Amino acid sequence: MSDGTGVSGEKGGQLVGVVLVSHSAAVAASVADLARALVGGGATVPVAAAGGTESGDFGTSAELITAAARSVDRGAGVAVLTDLGSAVLTVKALLAEGDELPDGTRLLDAPFVEGAVAAIVTASTGAGLAAVEAAASEAYTYRKV
Amino acid sequence: MLDADFFRRWMTATAVSVGREAERLTALDSPIGDADHGSNLRRGFDAVATVVAEKVPDTPGAVLVLAGSRLISTVGGASGPLYGTLLRRTGKALGEAAEVSTEQFTDALRIGVDAVMALGGAAPGDKTMIDALVPTVDALADSFAAARTAAEQGALATTPLQARKGRASYLGERSIGHQDPGATSAALLIAALAETAGE
Repeated sequence: MSDGTGVSGEKGGQLVGVVLVSHSAAVAASVADLARALVGGGATVPVAAAGGTESGDFGTSAELITAAARSVDRGAGVAVLTDLGSAVLTVKALLAEGDELPDGTRLLDAPFVEGAVAAIVTASTGAGLAAVEAAASEAYTYRKV
Repeated sequence: MLDADFFRRWMTATAVSVGREAERLTALDSPIGDADHGSNLRRGFDAVATVVAEKVPDTPGAVLVLAGSRLISTVGGASGPLYGTLLRRTGKALGEAAEVSTEQFTDALRIGVDAVMALGGAAPGDKTMIDALVPTVDALADSFAAARTAAEQGALATTPLQARKGRASYLGERSIGHQDPGATSAALLIAALAETAGE
């Protein structure tokens, strides 16, 4: 029952949180900024960037991902988008751990930039996690050529 | 029978070996990867060696679950969640027994290797750590020494393969002719296991 399909106001009107995981801190932060800028008049979605390693290098940090997910959790679920290889594997491994990420955290199968914009815009309408996931995944179908 | 101390010594021996071979692993990772395999694994297993000494987990399963969690937290590259999942799932499969037989360990390691295949989507022949680990599990029925040999041969056998997973897969045919760094580090893990068993 927890994953609504776009019904505003479920779980007391809390918004789905979004976490952006990239090998680069600058990429993660910048995609978050871009997506926020494209939201327009919707509610402010809790978005956190988890880019690079804790020491500022390129890579993936389980600690940063976990902290980011907890920081955006409002009880309506957390949508995680990732870029490459180890970012995907680390989130999957954390999900498999069972207790590392907030309940209702989900790794979205979506392109990083387009998926992030779609996820955050959809979340800003008060949509549930399933609707956010569907919107982000749908970004794969947008052909550029 | 194998007790918690055996598994702690295995993790410590792996940290020593990875530290000794880190530059070679990174050199292997330079032509087909992003040249950080040695430094990433060294950071991870140094953290593992520290935590298993500090926390002194008292069952074989607890040692491996703790080690796996540290790898996921500290490595920073794909080898962290992959090796972390290998050790965690193997450890969980061992349960809470104070001692385990070699047969029980072999069965648990097979579950761990299967979990790594599921996580990374790799199969034997894809030029990954799986090419060293699958022969290891099969050979463990004979002896730890046989497992070490199987892992080393599996790593060497990745050289003519074309990578189908990870960053090396982007190189296509240009990945051929390079030994896979992940299979090589997996062989180090198994060599440390045989060394810990005195074989």
